[in-house]
Amino acid sequence: MQLQSNAVTSDAQAVPVLELRGISKGFPGVKALDDVSLSLYPGQVTALIGENGAGKSTLVKVLTGIYRPDGGTIMVDGAETRFQTATDASDAGVTAIHQETVLFDELSVAENIFLGHAPRSRFGLMDWPRMRRDSRRILDRIGARIDPDVMLRDLGIASKHLVAIARALSVDARVVVMDEPTASLSQTEIEELYELVERLKAEGKAILFISHKFDEVFRIADRYTVFRDGQMVGAGLLADTSEDKLVELMVGRAMDQIFPDRTPELGDEVLRVDGYCHPTEFDDIGFGLRRGEILGFYGLVGAGRSEFMQALFGVTTPSAGTITLDGERIAVGSPADAIRKGIVYVPEDRGKQGAITALPIFQNVTLPSLGRISSRGFLQMAEEFRLARKYTERLDLRAAALDQNVGNLSGGNQQKVVIAKWLATMPKVIILDEPTKGIDVGSKAAVHEFMAELAAEGLSVIMVSSEIPEILGMSDRVIVMREGRIAARLDRAELSPERLVRAAAGIEEAA
Amino acid sequence: MITEFLKSREAILLAALVALILLVETRFAGFAAPSNMVDVFNDTSILIILALGQMAVILTKCIDLSLASNLALTGMVVATINAAAPGVPVAALILLAIALGMVLGAFNGILVWKLDIPPIVVTLGTLTIYRGIIFLISEGAWINAHEMSAAFKAFPRAEFLTLPVLSWIALAIIALFVVLIGRTGLGRAFYAVGGNPHAAVYTGISVGFTRFAAFVIAGGLAGLCGYLWVSRYAVAYVDVAGGFELDVVAACVIGGISIAGGIGTVGGAVLGALFLGVIKNALPVAGISPFWQLAISGAAIIIAVAFNARSERTKGRVILKSAEHAT
Repeated sequence: MQLQSNAVTSDAQAVPVLELRGISKGFPGVKALDDVSLSLYPGQVTALIGENGAGKSTLVKVLTGIYRPDGGTIMVDGAETRFQTATDASDAGVTAIHQETVLFDELSVAENIFLGHAPRSRFGLMDWPRMRRDSRRILDRIGARIDPDVMLRDLGIASKHLVAIARALSVDARVVVMDEPTASLSQTEIEELYELVERLKAEGKAILFISHKFDEVFRIADRYTVFRDGQMVGAGLLADTSEDKLVELMVGRAMDQIFPDRTPELGDEVLRVDGYCHPTEFDDIGFGLRRGEILGFYGLVGAGRSEFMQALFGVTTPSAGTITLDGERIAVGSPADAIRKGIVYVPEDRGKQGAITALPIFQNVTLPSLGRISSRGFLQMAEEFRLARKYTERLDLRAAALDQNVGNLSGGNQQKVVIAKWLATMPKVIILDEPTKGIDVGSKAAVHEFMAELAAEGLSVIMVSSEIPEILGMSDRVIVMREGRIAARLDRAELSPERLVRAAAGIEEAA
Repeated sequence: MITEFLKSREAILLAALVALILLVETRFAGFAAPSNMVDVFNDTSILIILALGQMAVILTKCIDLSLASNLALTGMVVATINAAAPGVPVAALILLAIALGMVLGAFNGILVWKLDIPPIVVTLGTLTIYRGIIFLISEGAWINAHEMSAAFKAFPRAEFLTLPVLSWIALAIIALFVVLIGRTGLGRAFYAVGGNPHAAVYTGISVGFTRFAAFVIAGGLAGLCGYLWVSRYAVAYVDVAGGFELDVVAACVIGGISIAGGIGTVGGAVLGALFLGVIKNALPVAGISPFWQLAISGAAIIIAVAFNARSERTKGRVILKSAEHAT
């Protein structure tokens, strides 16, 4: 697969500042990085491209010493090194600017820049004048007009990014990792960031630029590396490639996952959403959903899919829009309201939003259905166990006992508990947000199988997913969201990986 | 079932309690005698009732520091009424005390629910406010035994089937809590809200209302204890039960109620209160100096917290693994 790597090394006689060889990193049930290699050269920008979950974030964590790889070598200036801790990585001159900047709002700009390596006076105290002087010098160097004495909380996001970059430069970084730095910036701020990247290049820094946006990759990067499913599937000079080729590499050709074979029998329209708007998160979302249908919602992380689903479920309040359920206009004021009316939401983040890990399995399953298992206000234990057993058995949950705490279950089984909980409420519409994120392949197949069964029984499913194979394999129809708006509506017949990626990234259709 | 109980926190606490009682017995013969145990339980009754109320609040990831002030204020109100109008039946005063306590609790709850102020800040504020109101009502004066009616003072001391009414009330509240916590949707909601507030929201549970309900319940119990306290000790003044809110929190912590919310049992809260009650009762009679009494109570709290932190840590590790999964 390393098609062009020979050509690359011959044109750049420089030794890479940082080189990863055959790096692997696994988590229980998931191989996040599988034998990946990456070289970063001084004075060059390398773009790292890949779908959500391709392993980019894991790579950044390996590069910055937060994760220790299971195998492979890290070379700095051609010599083998190990990053045991984050300090090792920063000593080697690797610094990262994260999606959400990790800075301190209640400290001044100068303190943020020098936190942890502040200049000291002769008596071991903070050398404030020098800290201010040095901060100003670094900020000037990157062309940022920011007063070092200002509190960080008084700055906008773009300026905070600049402070993060200044901090990176203050430790004399040679490798700068930028993890989707433009995600939250406006157009003019993005332009300023590009200029800054040019300046860093001119200073001879090696830059790893992680981005979803093809236009900016082609604008500022010299090289590219494409990840897919934890593997490196291509690398080379951007001058030798095209958008089409990159998209092809990103989505791949192989469909090795098997999805349930289903011939959907679609019934009447169950749910209709019209003109759903939110002041900051999404705009004008409208669609219909029929009985027995699986509607996929695809988009990049941060496209506003989950935010929309939360509004649909009554967690947040939309500014405009209507919901029609079974031909009747309804208002959803709270999650309890939504559950009563037959709309349920299985959130993405199991740990945070899904299961209550300190409670046993049966209590998790029955939590939204307590009214049904109560008589005159008192819970009926026998009834409760019956309900819990019915739905956990249906999901084929393998657990020793129903009174086991959910915290002791594996990720896949926790997901089953959460889904069982919602099925027990007997909904009409079930919203599954990233239903198979972070669970092993076997559990994934079981969840897919089950989703197909639910649809066949007449339940309407909305599936939010960032995994292209899952979207392609499960959906009857797909809505692609980008930056809070619907970017495309695709029928099953029109679905292709390229189309999804293009719509989500905002690339014009190829002629 | 039995082996499971033996491994539980409650069993260990029970063992520690028994060991403590036997230890005191070696210094002070007769301490472990049934009649004395009944006295200790009776002395600890108010602490038990308040600890149960506090437990409901702590389960929801909140804390109520105003319970002792609530107790003192309601106690002063019912004592004042009794002194001014001895004809008002005691039953009416008890109901009034509970109702007033619930109102004071509801005030905390509303601030936490609707204004989203951290509970520790809210109740730290009301702790002072409620005490201040006592001063306004009494103008700093005491209401002494001779100003209270005989019926007012006699009720908690009256014996019924060999136990004082005060003890019976504590037992009744314990029974009530076993049902509330174990058998009602609200009890379940306490655990859900404290265990994982985000998940509770998605389950259709109103986090704010559940917390409000916990504060109202705790307030009502504090009100009840207000009557019990002033009638039992036959005195009401501004500083009644001063600092007692910390004993209540300590009882919960010793009893294994997680300050982080979502973990804890009725049995734990009761045992925690009894443990503290035994220390407070036994150490003076065993001739241990007041300094050591404080130090021993403090040590018990720290040991309990360290122990609970250890037993909760294993759970944390499993959660972390699934979090890693997700990245």
